[in-house]
Amino acid sequence: MGSGPITGPVLTEGTARDLGAQSADLAGVPAKPHPTDSAEIGGTSWRRFVFRRPLAALILKRLGLSIGLLFAVSLMIFGGVEALPGDFATTYLGQSATPQAVENIRKDLGLDRPWSERYLSWLGGAVKGDFGTSWASKQSVSEQIAKRLGNSLFLAFFAALISVPLAVGLGMLAVQFRNRMPDKIINVISLAAISLPEFFIGYLLIMVFAVELGVATFPATVYDTMTLAERLSAIALPVATLVLVVLAHMMRMTRAAILNVMSSAYIETAELKGLGTFRIIARHAAPNAVAPVINVIALNLAYLVVGVVVVEVVFVYPGMGQYMVDAVTVRDMPVVQACGLIFAAFYIFLNMAADILAILANPRLRHPR
Amino acid sequence: MPDLLSVKNLKIEATSYPPGEPPKVVTLVEGVSFDLEKGKVLGLIGESGAGKSTIGLSALAYGRGGVRITGGEVLLNGRDILNLDRAGINEVRGRHVCYVAQSAAAAFNPAHKLGDQVIEASLRHGLMSREEARKRALYLFRVLGLPNPESFGERYPHQVSGGQLQRAMTAMALCPNPELIVFDEPTTALDVTTQIDVLAAIKHAIEETHTAALYITHDLAVVAQISDNIMVLRHGKTVEYGTTKQVIEAPREDYTRALVNVRQAKREEAGDQSGALLKIEHVHAGYGNGFKVLHDVSMHLPQGQTLAIVGESGSGKSTLARVITGLLPPSEGRIMFDGKELPKALKGRAQEELRRIQMIYQMADTAMNPRQTVRDIIGRPLSFYFGMSGAKKTERVKELLDQIEMGSRFLDRYPAELSGGQKQRVAIARALAAKPELILCDEPTSALDPLVAEGILNLLMKLQEETAVSYVFITHDIAIVRAIADSVAVMHRGRLVRFGAKSKVLSPPFDDYTDLLLKSVPEMEIGWLERVLKTRRMESAGN
Repeated sequence: MGSGPITGPVLTEGTARDLGAQSADLAGVPAKPHPTDSAEIGGTSWRRFVFRRPLAALILKRLGLSIGLLFAVSLMIFGGVEALPGDFATTYLGQSATPQAVENIRKDLGLDRPWSERYLSWLGGAVKGDFGTSWASKQSVSEQIAKRLGNSLFLAFFAALISVPLAVGLGMLAVQFRNRMPDKIINVISLAAISLPEFFIGYLLIMVFAVELGVATFPATVYDTMTLAERLSAIALPVATLVLVVLAHMMRMTRAAILNVMSSAYIETAELKGLGTFRIIARHAAPNAVAPVINVIALNLAYLVVGVVVVEVVFVYPGMGQYMVDAVTVRDMPVVQACGLIFAAFYIFLNMAADILAILANPRLRHPR
Repeated sequence: MPDLLSVKNLKIEATSYPPGEPPKVVTLVEGVSFDLEKGKVLGLIGESGAGKSTIGLSALAYGRGGVRITGGEVLLNGRDILNLDRAGINEVRGRHVCYVAQSAAAAFNPAHKLGDQVIEASLRHGLMSREEARKRALYLFRVLGLPNPESFGERYPHQVSGGQLQRAMTAMALCPNPELIVFDEPTTALDVTTQIDVLAAIKHAIEETHTAALYITHDLAVVAQISDNIMVLRHGKTVEYGTTKQVIEAPREDYTRALVNVRQAKREEAGDQSGALLKIEHVHAGYGNGFKVLHDVSMHLPQGQTLAIVGESGSGKSTLARVITGLLPPSEGRIMFDGKELPKALKGRAQEELRRIQMIYQMADTAMNPRQTVRDIIGRPLSFYFGMSGAKKTERVKELLDQIEMGSRFLDRYPAELSGGQKQRVAIARALAAKPELILCDEPTSALDPLVAEGILNLLMKLQEETAVSYVFITHDIAIVRAIADSVAVMHRGRLVRFGAKSKVLSPPFDDYTDLLLKSVPEMEIGWLERVLKTRRMESAGN
């Protein structure tokens, strides 16, 4: 996993500098899709559907694309794991194992079968939600993951709950006070937060709040027996770490997207109607900045779910990330594959959701001529 | 009683940042003064860069980008609006003074319904209740002649046409009952047949609501129809200020006289139009998605003459040019050139065939590499078609620069260092360098100011006399057709409506479309609009 949030397309701020500059383009609004783009796919009934319900057709197409992508990713995960040096048998038995013992274990695990056969049987199980049994613990991978995934989502959910409204709000605040003190302060702090790797922020928070001040809990391990309040207090530090890491990116993109829209002619129109700054930003700029902002938010949510690996390890939090890292160290392939596929599914799903929301946010697509 | 708007000795400046040089303060407007009574219309006229929009926006105490009003007074009902604080300015804007932008398509917010945007200012300023505002919007939609006024407000900007948007923008400005509206080239981006409707709607609405207006345009014929007084501006200074009658009929200054007399020139058409250098035979063409643009188009052009193709946007005239050049192969029909059929696609054409047909574009800016000097731009076809190099090439480039009346001091300039008219001249020289027999001109003057455009047209005519080159001249401007064409093709929605010698095409009996097109072109004559509207009403009553 990377050491920072995934960066999406970056809006240029250059054109946004002059508020009144006239720009005739409708920022961020893609043109109506070409009718033939989708017509290639199939016969006349699909064509008719595309013509009658262009929006639904577009969304269906995006859905199909995601499913295809997920299959491609499953192949890549399997291939990648296959290509890793070393295998479970040697790691499990140690360096001094006899070739015969290694061979036996490989046979037990079915590693002597060709990879295509193993891939298909694994995929067949995965589609039904069965990821096989862990080689190390001999337990069902699906059961183990279910519990851990719940923990990871719990963490990511609270991080998102705090970071998304905060980021969008700060972004709008920065636009309202652009190039003045509040904007500069927001910028410097968020830049500092984005520049530090999350494990560093994590340890820093532990040192200050858990060790020096003693107000927070560490390690952030949660148990089944804990109440909600206890859980929340346990995850305070990892949530704070995640928020600090994703906040800056979302906030800066919100600011850039709104500023980009602020240079359009219809904002000048709003100004010449004598509207107040806040109304101009909230009513006239924000709806047109929604599409790029949704994209960044989705990317960062995906990062929250996928990128928790490092944070979970730092805070000894029993989530998916920690589970996966443990599995990698012992070459427990069914677990690694399952975690990889689930992370990929989240990533693909969130991006798809962002695309569909961006399509829905576009008045040209929502209200065709 | 003071005038509604009184501008005194206005001075407007902006800071420009030339690359590699210290910032420079540029004076955009200096020493401009005028008064506007209630319910009257003042036309501000001038070419681009004359400061007309800047002056118009000063009535709303607004400066675009880094523009600052640094001197003078703008008195609205006797109160200087330049000294107001932010809240005071917001009180003026959208309540006392409203603005209609040139491009309504860009000025409407794509995310909101037209109706909501039209009544927004009235609601925010607390002028009327939502119900009253809706009623007023409906009334204005009717006055402005918008289709289905009851449901028009429910539409989004992308769902209506450009002409309708421009009228909706006027409704938006009129809705709060302002005392003054600033119209900033409201019909410039429209086709002539649409322009006349919008113009009539605006005039009717102004009369109906007794609103005063500043009407900004570069077209004297348009402003003559609508304003009581006219101020002619040039380089940010007043050239002439008087009543519309005086300015149009008895201009005092040379510059105004030139504007009034622009494109009065008419060329005699060639007598013999039987030959055919270029012959277009039953051409059908369309774009990849099965969308057909041209339907069975045929025309021809004799050697050394000019064929004007005229039509409004979407008529297929530029597509026809693409078919002739081979950029868009026709699906049916053929192009004959000098007695032989041209290969349909550009790829199939020999270099010699390419050389004989050259093209000049509407936007000289985008048709030139900004990182090449004039020498490279004009020299490229010389080395490509004739293998010239070194001193010989430079010699020829200099000759061509003389031909386009620019001279060798421009050899090492970059496009960015040329004016709009000069760029178009360089583009002409580049086309000439290939010694073509036919030049396709795709609206080469429509982005230029009238006087500059006239210079370009004169140059093209002079070059035709010298080199006997033929032109296919694509335009939407009937005045240009009158000035330069031998034969005319009128196109409408991808079909040829009328084709023949100019004298024939432009004289009755007309078909309906040509009639509409010809009657829609504003004439430099006070009362023209009323006259046209009156005949229209009589015709529709007669039917």
